[in-house]
Parts: sequence; C-alpha cells; structure tokens
Amino acid sequence: MDIDLARAWVQAIATAVDQHKDQLTQLDSAIGDADHGVNMHRGFSAVTTALEGVEPDTVGALLVKAGTTLISSVGGASGPLYGGAFRAIGKMLDAPKATPGEFAHALAAGLDSIKKLGAASPGDKTMIDAYAPALASFQQQADAGADLAAAALAAADAAEDGMRATTPLQARKGRASYLGARSVGHQDPGAASTALIFRALAETAVAR
Amino acid sequence: MKKLINAPEAVLADALSGVAAAHSGLNVDTENKVITRTAGTRAGKVALLSGGGSGHEPLHGGFVGLGMLDAACPGEVFTSPVPGQMLTAAQAVDGGAGVVFIVKNYTGDVLNFQMAAELAAEEGLSVETVLVDDDVAVRDSTYTAGRRGTGATVFVEKIAGALAEQGADLAAVAEMAKRVNASSRSFAVALTACTTPASGKPGFDLSEHEMEVGVGIHGEPGRRREKLRPAKEIVATALDAILDDQPLAAGDDAIVMVNGLGATPLIELYVVFNEVAQVLAAKNVTIARSLVGNYVTSLDMAGVSITVCKADADMLALWDAPVNTPALRWGA
Repeated sequence: MDIDLARAWVQAIATAVDQHKDQLTQLDSAIGDADHGVNMHRGFSAVTTALEGVEPDTVGALLVKAGTTLISSVGGASGPLYGGAFRAIGKMLDAPKATPGEFAHALAAGLDSIKKLGAASPGDKTMIDAYAPALASFQQQADAGADLAAAALAAADAAEDGMRATTPLQARKGRASYLGARSVGHQDPGAASTALIFRALAETAVAR
Repeated sequence: MKKLINAPEAVLADALSGVAAAHSGLNVDTENKVITRTAGTRAGKVALLSGGGSGHEPLHGGFVGLGMLDAACPGEVFTSPVPGQMLTAAQAVDGGAGVVFIVKNYTGDVLNFQMAAELAAEEGLSVETVLVDDDVAVRDSTYTAGRRGTGATVFVEKIAGALAEQGADLAAVAEMAKRVNASSRSFAVALTACTTPASGKPGFDLSEHEMEVGVGIHGEPGRRREKLRPAKEIVATALDAILDDQPLAAGDDAIVMVNGLGATPLIELYVVFNEVAQVLAAKNVTIARSLVGNYVTSLDMAGVSITVCKADADMLALWDAPVNTPALRWGA
C-alpha cells in the first residue's frame, strides 16, 4: 500500500457508492430509514473533494483526512463508524508505504474502532459481519506472504460472503433492531457498503 | 409521490431559509445548519441544545426560543447532524454555565453527539448529555439499540428549558431533563408509510385495511402489522403498552400529548384524545396538562403517537412557565 494506491482506493469507493447508491438505500428502506445510499454518497463525494490537491506525506495522513471528512459529512451512525475506522486505519500507517502485514494491522485497528464505538459484535447484523471475515481473510493471506492484490481479493470475497450471511440474522444493533424478528430475511445495508469498500480495495490493488 | 419541493437535495437548505424568513426570533446559520435564538443566551444561563434528522418538524427548530431550546442542529432528512455542527452550535450558545445536549436515542444521534461532546470538552465547554428513550414499542434489552426517543423530547425540552430559564445550574437542568424522560412513555401507530424526498417512494407498503403498530418516527416499519381497528381499540393497545411499562395510580397527575405524525387530521387526533381521556379517567388519573397537534412528525406519515408523563408538582409548574417558540407559546 502506498499513498497513490490509497487515494485510488478512496476514489474507487466513491465511484462504487455512486453506482450502488439506490441499492444501498433500497436495502435500508426495508429495515431502516432509507438513507444509507444517499448518506454514503454525500460522504465519499466530500472525501473526493477534500483530497483534491492534497499531497500527504504518509498513507495514514490521507486516510485520516478521508475519515475526518466522513465524520463531518455523512451523519447518521455510518459517519462516525466509517469515519472513525478510516482514522484508526490511518493512524497505524505513518509511512509513505505499508506492507500487506502492516496494512492488515491497520485494518484490524479500523475494525476495533467500529466495534468499540458501535458496541456491536459479529452476528448482530451490522457492517462488522462483512468487515470481520474480510479482515480475517486478509490477515491469513498476508501471513502466508501474499501480495496486497491477492490479500485484498480474498478479503473482498469474504466480505461479500459475510454480507450475504446477514440476511437470515435478526438485527441486534442500529435502527433495524427496532423491527425485532421482522429484520430477518433482509440483507444488512451496512454490511453491503462494507463489502463495496473491500471490493474497491481489491479492484484498485489488482489494477495496479 | 408528489412533494412541494424544488429539488430533493435542496429541501433542507430551502426549508432553513424559510425558517429564517418566517421567524425573526430565530437566527439561522444556513451554512452550518444551526438554529439559535436571535436574542442569544443570557450570561450565566445554562444552554439547551438538541438536534437530529430533519423531517420531524416542528422538532427541533420550532422549539428554539424563550423557555425552551437555545439551539437546534437539523441534520439531513432522517439523518443525524454531524459533530462539527453541534460544536459550532454549542460554542454559539454557551452562556458560561454549560450546555445540555438533549439526544434522542438512535445510534446515529448518540454517536455524533458523543463525538461532539468530546470536541466541546476539548474546547473547554461543560456539557451534560441527556438521552431521551421513551418509546415502549421497543424493548430495552441487550438485543436492541434500546428504546427510541420520540414524543417525550417535547416534554424534556419544555420542562428543562423552563428550569434553565429560572437560573438553575447545569447539573440541576440535566437532572430534571432525565427525570422527565424517566417519567414519560410513548407509543405510536401508523396508517401510512412516509416518503422521504430523496427516495420519492413510501418506505413500506400498507394496504387500505392495515396499520403498523409500534412505529418510530423515521418511516421504518413498526413492531407488527395488524388489521385497522377503531380508534378506541388502537388507543387501548397503545395505553396498555404505556401503562404496563409505567403504571399510573389513582390520584396521579399526567401530562398527555396526542401527536400527529404528519398527515393526520386534527379532528382524528381529538378522537384519539377523547379515548385516552376516558381510559385515564376510569383509572382516576388526572390529565393535568395536554397537547394535541403535530409536534414530532415523520414527514407525511398518517398516524398518531401518544405520550404520557407522570408529572409531579415541580414539572407542572415548569410546564406552565412562559414559553415563546414558533411551535409552543404561552405566558410570554
């Protein structure tokens, strides 16, 4: 991972969120309040603007800037959760480059931030259900000596599996939890946007 | 779905400009999306700040003014405001005696206000946060995000606002706000879904003969779907849920709000209030004060929420204190 790749990753997320905005909102209208796509789109559009002309010295500085921008533009729970995660990831990366192992460490800090702030655990039907398996796969690949692209591809696949696995779960956190058993049978919108973020990482790394 | 708007993405900005144009008692910072009193905060007075997603008007901006809020931070429709917005508002209204954040219990609002409280502390402000979680349709357990904040927000803002106006300190104002919340319970029923400007479609489908029981104020489906029943039976269901959670005894005083969710005719709200009054009269509970109207709405949702606060003499006296806001005004 390097600064250019991190920038390309964040831009790829913005593009993916733009393309899947309606789908995210549709998922959210079934068990939430129908604004996830709009909020994520507003947030990552703001990130793209905020990073224009910014030339950070480290991968971390870029990702911290992205996180801070998300916190100040998304609103809802996703703003602090994703913004806090990007800031936590960034704070671990204080060099112009990072090995897959170092990046795995940083991704782990991002997950910790989400768990702590959201007080959620795997199986609660949240973004964690996509993030946790993605991180585990990434870590496994990095430990085995894989390059960033291979690790990110494995992470993206795992995130999408985790996302699909949220469908039969009953939500225990966030607005979907108000529905009780009626949240069963719907895919979690937060897990869906997390899967987009990991797929964007894979596509960016592979394109490199 | 037809909407009286210019463009979905311009709704909040256009509405805030409208608020500014309509109410000279309010100062609207359209750039930071912060509504404050034009008169500012009296030195030494505790400031009350609330906020949340838009679409619940008159909540919260309509309750800014003498005897109630000092500042409101409106987010996008149904989306919590952001920490920077709340910090700007807190700094604008701090009168040196601290700021109470009144936060409805939703994950997004809680997280953003939590971050704002941390930022405010770094700036040297004293902040107390009070969570409102009165909706008994949601069970408060480790398996949910906890009960939602709904109608009781109006009671908290009115009563704590009056106490702050009388010069009470930060701890006392926050304590009273918590007491009002702890004494209040709400339950809501929807006859139609609402339509956000951005999606343009109703949040869920409901047939002519159905209602959603136990809805919140964000267009999300409720706890269950049932066949539509007469108002008397709907009120019985709602009051059973409310009184199961907080029993009222003979001789108790209550403040009762029958609140329209946005598209309910006032005449139907009075039909509902009549049923509420009969149930409480049968229990020898006195409706000491009441509100009937649209105070905490959910865009164009048809339906009603009922909020009951078991009130003591202090709360009633503070309820009667002067208030002068766009949506609530008496004695001033």
